[in-house]
Amino acid sequence: MQLEKFTYDNRIVRNFGIATLVWGIIGMTVGLLVAMQLFKPAMNLGSQYTTFGRIRPLHTNAVIFAFVGNAIFMGVYYSLQRLLKARMFSDVLSKIHFWGWQLIIVSAAITLPLGFTTSHEYAELEWPIDIAITLIWVVFGVNMFGTIIKRRERHLYVAIWFYIATFVTIAVLHIVNSFELPISFMKSYYVYAGVQDALVQWWYGHNAVAFFLTTPYLGMMYYFLPKMAGRPVYSYKLSILHFWSLIFIYIWAGPHHLLYTSLPGWAQSLGVAFSIMLIAPSWGGMINGLLTLRGAWDKVREDVTLKFMVVALTAYGMATFEGPLLSLKQINGVAHFTDWIVAHVHVGALGWNGFLTFGVLYWLIPRIYKTELYSKKLAGFHFWIGTLGILFYAVPMYWAGFTQGLMWKEFTPEGLLKYPNFLATTLQIIPMHVLRSIGGALYLTGVIVMTYNLAKTMLSAKLVANEPAEAMPLAKIIVDSSPTDKAWHRVLERKPVKFMVFSLIIILIGGMVEMMPTFTIQSNVPTIASVKPYSALELQGRDLYIREGCVNCHSQTVRPFRSETERYGEYSKAGEFVYDHPFLWGSKRTGPDLHRVGGKYSDAWHYNHLMDPTSMSPGSIMPPYPWLVEQKLDTTTTARKIRAMQTLGVPYAEGYDKQANTDLKIQAEKIALDLKQNNIKVKSDREIVAIIAYLQRLGTDIKANKETIPSNQ
Amino acid sequence: MNILYFLVGCSVLMALVFLGAFFWAYKTGQNDDTHTPGIRMLFDDGIADEKSEEDHFSS
Repeated sequence: MQLEKFTYDNRIVRNFGIATLVWGIIGMTVGLLVAMQLFKPAMNLGSQYTTFGRIRPLHTNAVIFAFVGNAIFMGVYYSLQRLLKARMFSDVLSKIHFWGWQLIIVSAAITLPLGFTTSHEYAELEWPIDIAITLIWVVFGVNMFGTIIKRRERHLYVAIWFYIATFVTIAVLHIVNSFELPISFMKSYYVYAGVQDALVQWWYGHNAVAFFLTTPYLGMMYYFLPKMAGRPVYSYKLSILHFWSLIFIYIWAGPHHLLYTSLPGWAQSLGVAFSIMLIAPSWGGMINGLLTLRGAWDKVREDVTLKFMVVALTAYGMATFEGPLLSLKQINGVAHFTDWIVAHVHVGALGWNGFLTFGVLYWLIPRIYKTELYSKKLAGFHFWIGTLGILFYAVPMYWAGFTQGLMWKEFTPEGLLKYPNFLATTLQIIPMHVLRSIGGALYLTGVIVMTYNLAKTMLSAKLVANEPAEAMPLAKIIVDSSPTDKAWHRVLERKPVKFMVFSLIIILIGGMVEMMPTFTIQSNVPTIASVKPYSALELQGRDLYIREGCVNCHSQTVRPFRSETERYGEYSKAGEFVYDHPFLWGSKRTGPDLHRVGGKYSDAWHYNHLMDPTSMSPGSIMPPYPWLVEQKLDTTTTARKIRAMQTLGVPYAEGYDKQANTDLKIQAEKIALDLKQNNIKVKSDREIVAIIAYLQRLGTDIKANKETIPSNQ
Repeated sequence: MNILYFLVGCSVLMALVFLGAFFWAYKTGQNDDTHTPGIRMLFDDGIADEKSEEDHFSS
């Protein structure tokens, strides 16, 4: 057997690295912009394309899929080649993967500000982009498994297992959460409705955190941390143990995002139980990482990359301890919908994902350029300003979260809400939001300094695009086994890939088969006789509500607490959402819940409020929406939308699509007339009329017919 | 709530895939040695490092 000579592809690693830096700065800048809008609404620059509801998804998508996504690919392409002693399977696939992914990001950056959104959090991109993501993800998978097949190292190091789990699970999650019925090129309706849609979304949302923000990063931690520290991982056995337990438990924890909603109680409890169990494997990883540095803490003092890793692991430990606590119903009752959750995710995002990425970048870039880092001093500065940034971000947000959560629930001795006006609780935390954006600015400054530092490093040397390496090829036969055993082994050897591919196909086929009953048979969500489909105008208004991203600040689910029923009205029932494609429960109350807002105010109030929120609610941080008056409602889509809803099982009368626009006009004119009587002149064909119609409808169906609702629904 | 059956089914299938992968790893001896892989990965860079790996195993 001869030593084989080959090369590692460093160019693709470098490209993903640069993309990480560029998108990191963009994503975080947008984050800073949305953060500032929360205390100075004018920071939306007076444009619909840069208003909170539209660019908050841009921020989350950019930092998750562009910044972290590119960082994952950078780390995977670097470590996979070296761990398997093989160049990536195909340079062409690597290139397609890289450029395809950047194209997806660019299309997201264009479509989200334009208001093309599905409204599912972290899955906002519309159906054509969803398809592109699927294709590129498959390219990534083929490239990865191809490399695994042609490996020269029999043992798959634990990091590779984490990468495999990432690939398989994200593929399934993305597909299941992308079942959309296209209406037009950039508009679709989810096939699921209401509570079922909510469950799919948070099954996805939770596991996206697990398998996009956690497992690939754990894999990278298991590769890069030992490399940086120059010592093996504390316990390889523990790494394997915690890998398997982590991936088996994570999948079941999603329902903790829907506590106290109308999701069936047993599903909520299941989610809580698995969330608590998650502490063990999560901390297994954190402890394994930190103990890898045992006896090497002197290196941490000197080496800035290790400093970043230590803070990353500590943040991971804190976030994964806090997560299970937040999933306890009592704590969730206070924390949910507040800034506490925002603080929680940012400890993970800024600390774990951000700092680990920075550590890897500082370590990896000089290596593939065979040079030294331009300035260790600047890297040290980045570390401290970044850490300070995290503190300035997290502490005020926790403070704001506790404050607001408790204010919402506070009663006077007489048994009345102490803060009946929601706005009072918003104004209370504005100083915290100012501090938070200072934290974000510090963190972003660090990233810009890092980019300068790494650019200088890259410019000072030449990239080793093809790093030579050599290794023995894999032995074909395993020693000391009988002939039959040999064949059996050989078959198995090639099996992981076939196994993965076939099981994935089976999952999808099986999934489709299981889906069918959901579409065709009437669902067993309790139906409420008085709940009717939206009128054509309300449906159009609902789509505007989705376009403007209202769901980013306003929830639509009243929890069964006295503090909420006093404030908002009757708590939400599963049966009220059966025609909601998609559900719009939201996950954050920057403003009040809107599920019972219908009929609460006059049309004129809504008009004035949308045109200038401060005129109705002095001090409000909601931005004005003047473009809703300027823009005409697009009624060409009405018939198609009605037909799509009929396909999805919404019981519009046969042929309603043909008269829908007539209906729409009648209702719009009624609202315009009502506004006119209040001295507001607006044409009935404007978007604002549709959105008012929708808001006035919200949650009113069961008000009209109270006796039909059994208490257990 | 038919969706629950679907999601539970999906999750179980994924868990089975991972279980299959786990059994594969176990049967093919991926986990037999839980010591050297952690050390070996430290020596996978470039050609110069190849030597030190051999040294490591010959000692």
